Amino acid sequence: MKITVNGSSHEIDAPDDMPLLWAIRDRLKLTGTKYGCGVAQCGACTVMVDGQPKRSCVTPLKFAAGHDITTIEGMDGAEFEAIQTAWRAIDVPQCGFCQSGQVMTATALLKEKPAPSDTDIDNALAGNICRCATYVRIRQAVRDAADTLEA
Amino acid sequence: MRMPAVVNIVRTASLAAVLGVALLGNAQATEIDADQQLKGPEAFEHIEDETERSRAMFKEAGKVIQHPRCVNCHPVSDTPRQGMDMRPHEPPVVRGPDNHGAPGMVCSTCHQPENVDSAGNGVPGNPNWHLAPRSMAWYGKSLAEICTQIKDQDRNGGMDMDELIHHMAEDSLVGWGWNPGGDRTPVPGTQEKFGELFAAWAHSGAHCPAE
Amino acid sequence: MSVTTTSLSRRDFLRSAAWGSAGLVIAMALPGRGRAATMDTQAANSSLIASDAAGFAPNAFVRIAPDDTVTVLIKHIEFGQGPFTGLSTLVAEELDADWSQMRAASAPANAELYKNFAFGMQGTGGSTAIANSYMQMRKAGATARVMLVQAAAEQWSVPVGEISVDKGRISHAGSDKSAGFGEFAEAAAKLDPPEDVALKKAGDFRLIGTDVPKLDTNIKTNGEALFTQDLHHDDMLTVVVAHPPQFGATMKSVDASAAKSTPGVVDVQPIPTGIAVYAQDTWSALQGRRALKVSWDTARAETRSTREITDAYRQRAQQPGRKAASRGKPEQGGDGLAKTLTAEYSFPYLAHAPMETLDCVIHAKDGAVESWFGSQLQTGDQGTMAEILGVKPAQVSIHTMYAGGSFGRRAQPGSPFAAEAAHVAKAHAKSRPLKLVWTREDDIQGGWYRPLNVHRLSGGVDADGNVALWDQTIVGQSIFSGSAFAAMIKDGIDPSSVEGAEDLPYGIPNFRVTLHDGEAGVPILWWRSVGHTHTAYSTETFVDELLEMAGKGPVEGRLALLGEHPRHAGVLKAVADLAGGLDASESGRARGVAVHKSFGSYVAQIAEVSQNEDRTPKVHKVWCAVDCGVAVNPNVIRAQMEGGIGFGLGAALYNEITLEEGGRVAQANFDRYRSLRIHEMPDVEVTIVTSDEDPTGVGEPGVPPIAPALANAWRRLTGDAIRDLPFVKIS
Repeated sequence: MKITVNGSSHEIDAPDDMPLLWAIRDRLKLTGTKYGCGVAQCGACTVMVDGQPKRSCVTPLKFAAGHDITTIEGMDGAEFEAIQTAWRAIDVPQCGFCQSGQVMTATALLKEKPAPSDTDIDNALAGNICRCATYVRIRQAVRDAADTLEA
Repeated sequence: MRMPAVVNIVRTASLAAVLGVALLGNAQATEIDADQQLKGPEAFEHIEDETERSRAMFKEAGKVIQHPRCVNCHPVSDTPRQGMDMRPHEPPVVRGPDNHGAPGMVCSTCHQPENVDSAGNGVPGNPNWHLAPRSMAWYGKSLAEICTQIKDQDRNGGMDMDELIHHMAEDSLVGWGWNPGGDRTPVPGTQEKFGELFAAWAHSGAHCPAE
Repeated sequence: MSVTTTSLSRRDFLRSAAWGSAGLVIAMALPGRGRAATMDTQAANSSLIASDAAGFAPNAFVRIAPDDTVTVLIKHIEFGQGPFTGLSTLVAEELDADWSQMRAASAPANAELYKNFAFGMQGTGGSTAIANSYMQMRKAGATARVMLVQAAAEQWSVPVGEISVDKGRISHAGSDKSAGFGEFAEAAAKLDPPEDVALKKAGDFRLIGTDVPKLDTNIKTNGEALFTQDLHHDDMLTVVVAHPPQFGATMKSVDASAAKSTPGVVDVQPIPTGIAVYAQDTWSALQGRRALKVSWDTARAETRSTREITDAYRQRAQQPGRKAASRGKPEQGGDGLAKTLTAEYSFPYLAHAPMETLDCVIHAKDGAVESWFGSQLQTGDQGTMAEILGVKPAQVSIHTMYAGGSFGRRAQPGSPFAAEAAHVAKAHAKSRPLKLVWTREDDIQGGWYRPLNVHRLSGGVDADGNVALWDQTIVGQSIFSGSAFAAMIKDGIDPSSVEGAEDLPYGIPNFRVTLHDGEAGVPILWWRSVGHTHTAYSTETFVDELLEMAGKGPVEGRLALLGEHPRHAGVLKAVADLAGGLDASESGRARGVAVHKSFGSYVAQIAEVSQNEDRTPKVHKVWCAVDCGVAVNPNVIRAQMEGGIGFGLGAALYNEITLEEGGRVAQANFDRYRSLRIHEMPDVEVTIVTSDEDPTGVGEPGVPPIAPALANAWRRLTGDAIRDLPFVKIS
């Protein structure tokens, strides 16, 4: 299987039903994308596929091939930078394990909705579990990032 | 109607027991429904009165239309349900501006072009996985209400009867109901037979059942 | 509190485990853009950088490099509760360092140097990180400062007393000389550490009490922080274990032929806890495990359902158990009282479900063992691995990694997970690095839960409206019994079963708490705030009902009973002020309050609640007051209160592990073992009560009050007293 990750093409010798998550983590050793549940319940494995957020744990390689995949390591752009800056300004992470996925989803939200309401934030991020429950700060950081983008 | 609530505030242990039993009974009954074969239009030829025949065929089609596999994604609210017990979709999702999910959490964030069975109980899939528009809500409605709604071009996406027949018989997302993947119970019959039944209903005056 | 500061020579340090992890990290091959920066950041953050070879190591905790960076070796695991930042703050304060030069790294496993004074061995738990390190880390920083100043004085030929240190600069005003720490690192390393050092007065603190940015935030927002799950090594295999479907079941026989022929699978071996599948990558290992055909022996398994276990506990709760606390004449019951109330509560088994499931990289070679994982009780884990692999504990090195949460799960008396990792290494013929990973299903169904508990309370109010009787019986499995902490059981009472109940702060004249040890074949463990997870709920909801029977308000009534407990009263008043009382902000809502002390810290919370369309509770806002002594980092304290509230709320609303008929766990993943999600998270407002008391912990104390505050609000809103958790049963 040939997949394009962060702008580079990689030949992966693996069955075509292997989830993208394991190709990214175990083969390409891009470990910012996390395994948290394996069944699209927690969002820790979120990557961008053609600019849309995808749960890589339930995306078989055959559906990833031919698409442009971006992991947290390859993210850039105004929305991503605004999110990252806002995250750091108020120390959002605790254990940090879910945060790659949170940041990916939040970035995807701002790309589509630069001035999200609190409901928009909740709707986008309801699929990203944080067991440390940093949700108060996640919500605040997304608002802050949106304000930065607007300014 | 099916008992909709699967999330209940439980005040006492004994109430929990009652609810548990009730839910179990409901789920079993539904599975028995699903096992019954869908009858084709030929099974209704003996009904001479066209209106009665038409109504009987729609009631038969209701085995498909009111099956949890179909109703789960025809919600009245903005959130789908899942499973034969029609529990709220987990993780929580909303229909969004175009019935394909909210910005940042679209249906295709998790649902692939095909069923994926490799993880847990699997994730069902279709290239066009999405919610039925709010005007096509079926959850909690009687078959008669659903029937009237299906025929109403203001509520059925502007489809005339030929387009409806084509939709029921050919649409691949409708067809997913017969190929749900994993250990999910399929809707009864085949899409082909359902299409024939629906067409026969349409051609027999498209009469709606009384209730 | 005794404080030991032991010197560790630079050579010792270079041999130490922390050094080895830098080697591992740097050896990793990582393609893809943006990775080069990762290595630098990671090396700086989770281990020491190469320049330390010429650095200054005044004691076991402080490393000063020629480039001016100060690295603090943290004896407590970092999983979000903030010890990397908190303990570094203590060092930086006494060192007069600039915050920007501070780094943190995990200390190696060495009980002599890095023991937790609360345990007598190395480990993290009981919200003790700041409390037991407060003097030790300040002294470590002050020692380093004295030595740097002495080195500077000698080099500049000026009196020590004329030298000042501020924000990482050592200066002599008279000669207009100034330099960073790094310049004197080599010279200071040749000096003998002073026997005793003076510490700052609280009024002179510059960093303690401020919101210094967390040291691990940056690498936790760009995917660079390395967790155990992220480690790769040449020739490493990934291992998953097929565990029995019931607790106590064992393998009868296994047909591994299909598993062995699965592409990528290298080996399949039986181990004491199941069947280990070794493969080239995680996916292959999982496919191999799926292909196993195992038959299990359930002769000694727990096959009862949780319903049966709960019923058995309810039976036992009808009679008093072993006495944990008593005063007055509780045995007279409600005789002569105006009103009485009896209530029975049940609390389910709870999984911890940290975001990162249990995992461990282990490499046994040449009579030594090297391991990388989120070890929370390093000393026990080290001894366990040593015993299984036939080496001495000192030959087992543990690199304590960032862990993706724990909530108690990684602090394992008896070290069952470290033991499984050691058996995985032992069973595989070739010496190579092995990464053992648990899936989410392994985690949810893998036991070591917060124990199931049943409480029965009888109380009463006398004719004058005073709460005059409190008689509580608790039935639950003992966490300490049979564990490394068994010595803490006194007179048959496991303190972790009755904490928060036997020390009820309310002045009630006739009072008794008794305990039955429940029996069940389900492995159990502490869960963030341990006994307080259930005792705070039963006591704070029950007192709320008694006060209502007595015609007293929830805040005023409690305050009247808290005469001898000013810190309880302090947080209660503070939270009532913060929230503006207990009147809800709009109709259709109600507020409830709870106050509880745990792990030396006092927390009161008020929750405002309404009803969702599906009749489940919606928590809009929580106000929180905390008194944890000196607030070292108020931002971290607020974060722990917010997180504790979300964690406790999710459990109260949704969480229970149930065993079906036959003993199988019904839940497997987050779909049915629901976590709180962002749309269910209330706004949280926290106030920290000013205090000069020695600091106490905040990792756990935010959890206990939220569930009873919610329940008290819910009862006020709906009339329903919820006595069987969770609030929402998920089918």
